[in-house]
Amino acid sequence: MPIVSFREALNQAMDEEMARDDRVFLMGEEVAYYQGAYKVSQGLLQKYGEKRVIDTPIAEAGFAGIGIGAAMVGLRPIVEFMTWNFSLVAFDQLVNNAAKMYSMSGGNFYVPIVFRGPGGAAHNLAATHSQALESLYAHIPGLKVVMPSTQKDAKGLLKSSIRDDNPVIFIESEVMYGEKGEIPEGEYTIPLGVGEVKKEGSDVTIVSWSKVLQHVVMKSIPKLEELGIHAEVVDPRTIRPMDYELIENSVKKTNRLVIVEEGWPFAGVGAQIAFEIGKRAFDYLDAPIERVTQEDVPLPYNSKLEKASLPNIDKVIRAVKRVLYID
Amino acid sequence: MNETDIAVAKQESSPRLMGLPREILLKWYDEMLLMRRFEEKAAELYRNGKIGGFCHLYNGQEAVSTGAIGALNPDDYVITAYRDHGQAISKGVHPNAIMAELLGKVTGTTKGKGGSMHIFDRATNFLGGHAIVGGHIPLAAGVAFAIKYRGEKKVCLCFMGDGATNIGTFHEALNLAALWKLPVIYIIENNRYGMGTAVERASAVDDLSKKALAYDMRRGVVDGNNVIEVYKAVKASVDHARQTYEPTLLDIRTYRYRGHSMSDPIHGHYRTKEEVEEYKKHDPINVFEEILKQEGMISDTYIDEAEKRIKKIVEESVEFAEKSPEPALEELYTDVYKESVGE
Repeated sequence: MPIVSFREALNQAMDEEMARDDRVFLMGEEVAYYQGAYKVSQGLLQKYGEKRVIDTPIAEAGFAGIGIGAAMVGLRPIVEFMTWNFSLVAFDQLVNNAAKMYSMSGGNFYVPIVFRGPGGAAHNLAATHSQALESLYAHIPGLKVVMPSTQKDAKGLLKSSIRDDNPVIFIESEVMYGEKGEIPEGEYTIPLGVGEVKKEGSDVTIVSWSKVLQHVVMKSIPKLEELGIHAEVVDPRTIRPMDYELIENSVKKTNRLVIVEEGWPFAGVGAQIAFEIGKRAFDYLDAPIERVTQEDVPLPYNSKLEKASLPNIDKVIRAVKRVLYID
Repeated sequence: MNETDIAVAKQESSPRLMGLPREILLKWYDEMLLMRRFEEKAAELYRNGKIGGFCHLYNGQEAVSTGAIGALNPDDYVITAYRDHGQAISKGVHPNAIMAELLGKVTGTTKGKGGSMHIFDRATNFLGGHAIVGGHIPLAAGVAFAIKYRGEKKVCLCFMGDGATNIGTFHEALNLAALWKLPVIYIIENNRYGMGTAVERASAVDDLSKKALAYDMRRGVVDGNNVIEVYKAVKASVDHARQTYEPTLLDIRTYRYRGHSMSDPIHGHYRTKEEVEEYKKHDPINVFEEILKQEGMISDTYIDEAEKRIKKIVEESVEFAEKSPEPALEELYTDVYKESVGE
């Protein structure tokens, strides 16, 4: 199987979909001549030209709206936000136009658009450049929210997102763009709304997604194994619509749930999962559900403070021990 | 009354009817009269509790919609803000469907899910009906983007109020439209007030078309009480856009006779009764009637007959709407996510 980086996987997805359907085009800051702020769109300008790979001025609300308007009349735009932090200036376009157009127009106009870009913390980028905003978008009916944690998922899910006739919020991680992994040979897609068990286990279900799943949860596994704890790691892959059934089936097996996420605790995605699984699997839980989230503060620049605020291996192990009533 | 508006209203209209055929002129007359009677009926239904929420009436602005959309082909696009009943009528949306939507019935343009502010109709390329001030302005640039992307010769007309020219998305969209040469005609329906705030208290410039200078965009100021003047200005802009893909910003001077919405009185807090009465002297329907009479295009007989015909159309739309069912409860869950065709 081919081994590619995250950015290559995303690049292949866009390339294949643009080749397949000439209604698909890419628009965003530095996506064309700069080859992408994070080089995700490398080579696409050379292949498809300025008509289909478009550099925008710094005007997120403006170009997000242009994408939505173009989608309303039948094009299939991919709009890149340099980071999801910058999407906030376009929030009205995403929430009041993209999400609502189909229902507000009684089915007259639908919006087949993908908004994509990196989200979450990197290193020392401080408060406004480090936010994990998936719960804001997952709150809105009319949007879909997708967050791949592997190269294989990234390519398959981005292809499906581009083919989806609804507005999709596709959140990547800049820290992972260079990381390599296997992807299937040839044409494949992965459906939205379907999660995956990334590692089987019996003692506790850990639900996580995106960078945190790979860099924190999977890195906790060796230590957990040393402690004799066999964790099952469940990756929903799509945040909205969430594959609750997959999580439910896992919790019915392990009887314990820990959610590990980078967002803030108040009304985060983990809070939603905890409520839903608490309802579905109440009689199967042997302990209250635990969460590891970012600390409930804006993220500071200083490395020590930053590390203390974000999820880490120690916090995961402590949470797992709590649900197992160890220590 | 504002000095510029007096000057603009007093301008002689040159080659008066632009060689337009009588049937078009009478169609426009009928259309403006239909808008006026439709809005009067909507006001009555609102007062009787049959229409809920916000209802923003078009009385006094008829010539802007009729003249502007009169310059379009059926496959051109129109998008507007929330004062949208006039544009819907001009674009060819059936009054029955509009009235049914106002009453929240399933036979309405948007199955009762949109209401007054969200009239949409795919068949006539009417893209709504938008309630966030300025939120639709980049959408219009996006529609124009798609036109150019496909190499088509269509245009998109985008209507907005004077108040919308001060918000961020106005500026972002105009810059993008000028920079990328997108075939969108931005029409400011400058009725002198953004809700209760006069233009001079909201905008640093009084001639709103000057905002186009920041983007090197083609612009103009137009007498919105004269449907021929509106048609002339928009037609020139549309032709220009079809040839060059370049956008235009038009500041079209008009006035609304009713309040901002049905919750707002006609005069009182922010404008005087005298001001309203003064502007009503330039009622676009009367202005057009006068011109048509002088040119021998219309008679009193026609006018009486038109009134009767239009009254009947409006009454039939109310009857249709009142007899129509409301949406079923299941409709709450439809049209939220679309099943993807995936081809």
